[in-house]
Amino acid sequence: MTKSELIEKVVQSHGMLNMKASEMLVNTVFDSIEDALRSGDKVEIRGFGSFTIRERTGREARNPKSGEIVSIPAKKTPFFKTGKELKERVNC
Amino acid sequence: MTKADIVERIHQKIGFSKKESAEMVETVFGLIKNTLETGEKIKIAGFGNFVVKQKADRRGRNPQTGETITIAARRILTFKPSQVLKNAINIESKES
Repeated sequence: MTKSELIEKVVQSHGMLNMKASEMLVNTVFDSIEDALRSGDKVEIRGFGSFTIRERTGREARNPKSGEIVSIPAKKTPFFKTGKELKERVNC
Repeated sequence: MTKADIVERIHQKIGFSKKESAEMVETVFGLIKNTLETGEKIKIAGFGNFVVKQKADRRGRNPQTGETITIAARRILTFKPSQVLKNAINIESKES
């Protein structure tokens, strides 16, 4: 399911929302999560899961084509941990 | 940040009452969960994909007793962040 399909489904299951409002709703949900992560905050959604930032240390790696050693700088990456309820629901 | 903060933002930005905003946020996550439960993936452009993966059963070991056990086949949910999200997170941290 894509974001636009999700927006349509929200309209179908919520009589008071039109497409435009539904689009704003869905975008705001994901924008909020993104903003929190950008400011270094973690996000906890009960029954769904939590988003945190994981720090990756810099490392030396090799370019597989040229064999040259390149250094990869430290970076941050978003990480999602599935909540208990959803974990159980997915696994059946 | 919790669901309550998202609800507050919907309330302020779109103007629905807090109760309505809370119901709508529940609807969004409810639909996502129902879809993932069926094994179908969720693709959110600019954010990332939630994908259900099938894991085969494998032999593991109880680290405490050393006993060999079979870890049953199962389905797990993984999140693959989009490049856009990954970049956004790293740009912000350089500025601050």
